[in-house]
Amino acid sequence: MSLFGNTRAARSPLPWIALIALIVGLLALAFAWLAGWIGRDRATAQAFTDSIEATGPAHPGFRRAHAKGMCVQGTFQGTPEGAALSSARVFAQPQVPVLGRLSIGGGDPHGADANARVRSMALQLISDDGQEWRTAMNSFPFFAVPTPEAFLEQTRAGIPDPATGKPDPAKMAAVQAKYPSARAFGQWARTAPWSNSWANTDYNGVNSFRFIAADGSEHFVRWSMRPQAPFVEMTPEQRAQAGLDYLADEFQQRLAQGPVRWDMWVTLAEAGDPVDDPSQVWPGQRRQVKVGTLSLTSMQAQADGACRDVNYDPLILPRGIKGSNDPILAARSAVYSQSFNRREREIASGKAADATGKEGAR
Amino acid sequence: MSRDAGHFNLTARVLHWLMAAMILTMLFVGVSMVASLHWRPVLINLHRPLGIAILLLVLVRLYNRLRHRPPPLPADLPAWQAAAAHASHWLLYGLMLAMPLIGWSMLSAGGYPVVMWSGLNLPPIAPHDPALYAALRNAHSLLAYVLFATVLGHLSAALFHLWVRRDGVFQAMARGKPH
Repeated sequence: MSLFGNTRAARSPLPWIALIALIVGLLALAFAWLAGWIGRDRATAQAFTDSIEATGPAHPGFRRAHAKGMCVQGTFQGTPEGAALSSARVFAQPQVPVLGRLSIGGGDPHGADANARVRSMALQLISDDGQEWRTAMNSFPFFAVPTPEAFLEQTRAGIPDPATGKPDPAKMAAVQAKYPSARAFGQWARTAPWSNSWANTDYNGVNSFRFIAADGSEHFVRWSMRPQAPFVEMTPEQRAQAGLDYLADEFQQRLAQGPVRWDMWVTLAEAGDPVDDPSQVWPGQRRQVKVGTLSLTSMQAQADGACRDVNYDPLILPRGIKGSNDPILAARSAVYSQSFNRREREIASGKAADATGKEGAR
Repeated sequence: MSRDAGHFNLTARVLHWLMAAMILTMLFVGVSMVASLHWRPVLINLHRPLGIAILLLVLVRLYNRLRHRPPPLPADLPAWQAAAAHASHWLLYGLMLAMPLIGWSMLSAGGYPVVMWSGLNLPPIAPHDPALYAALRNAHSLLAYVLFATVLGHLSAALFHLWVRRDGVFQAMARGKPH
């Protein structure tokens, strides 16, 4: 009996057929497991997106998170200090065009702007060498949880209990008890003052990236957009009285007066800083460098705006910027892709009239 | 047209085994990267350049296939098995060619940069359009499952020739002419 013999087998071929079936069956099983078709209790991008969808009613064609927002356009002007830290063309080229999106947290595309604790800014910068940088930043200063598994637990704690129609407070309390950063996040949400505009809000990249200079030297960085518009607090009374689209209306008024600007700052990590954990803030005395200025000049509704069909995947990076091993970064990339696929399919099949304006499909 | 009685030529054999490894890797990388919360960045950075490499290699392979006729199947092979062999081989060639092109145009239609490695992007080959993206994205998954099923069928048949029929069909691809 030989595995590679060329003589006809006189004995029964059944053991050989069983061996072939075993090999092929194992390959098929491995494929199904990796695809998430079996062992479905694993935390996959599909399971995560399903959990986000379960936190509220379906809104076909809209982003699964940060569903309400506006498209914005403008330019980015890098600084020599930025160009010294990263060889990305965006820091050296004058006036890089920007397609962005300002939004509020949550899955409701019709939620009240002024009630959203989290605001966000997503940007797409395409430089003249064809390289592209996408980033999605938030108004919170650190991520609430350290890992994708914890993020999924936190998301699932927000799923309404069928009996009450509301999330079970005990589940959220359990997440807070388990993760100190989730408690710190709750503290931030309760105590940080609310600004009265998208324009005077800070947006933080939160995840760590690497800036790679022309000479090959690398720095771990986190970036933030700091507004040039002065901070003005919005009181709870003002928030209660604000219109549904308060932030968009207010931003439109500002744009009528001229460009709205933010300075982009990067904070450089030092040895030992938690570069792989977005729930940990780096010590305050780290070196900070202003790498550019963003000027937004126009705004469009997302239903027919150019940002609608853009997935602001934070791992789409130009030469000169690389990702880190921050596990939340990988998870965001995976879940954004799922969300994008689902909403683009809904738009394509004409099920997203609300998300695309009144024209039905497309 | 040259004939190498009983065996595939060296180019065909090298391309076959190299691409077998690449395509199996691609299929497993592909399903893993869309499901995994941890490994997507590493896997997608492998998936795109490997797909383009397969596209380039399949062009060489098709050229070689058309220049060099493969060895004939055994005369005693049942007609349905011979027909299945021919059909599945051309299906495999078609999918090897189509999958990278669909992947490339799908990324283009989704508005994604087609990154080969940091600093090198391929140009888009389709317009940024949600309906086109959705159709191509669905096709890329569906045809990947068809390709995986065909590869498994091909592997089963090859091992059947090797271990049950013992008719030299497997050896025609496994090694050259004996000296």
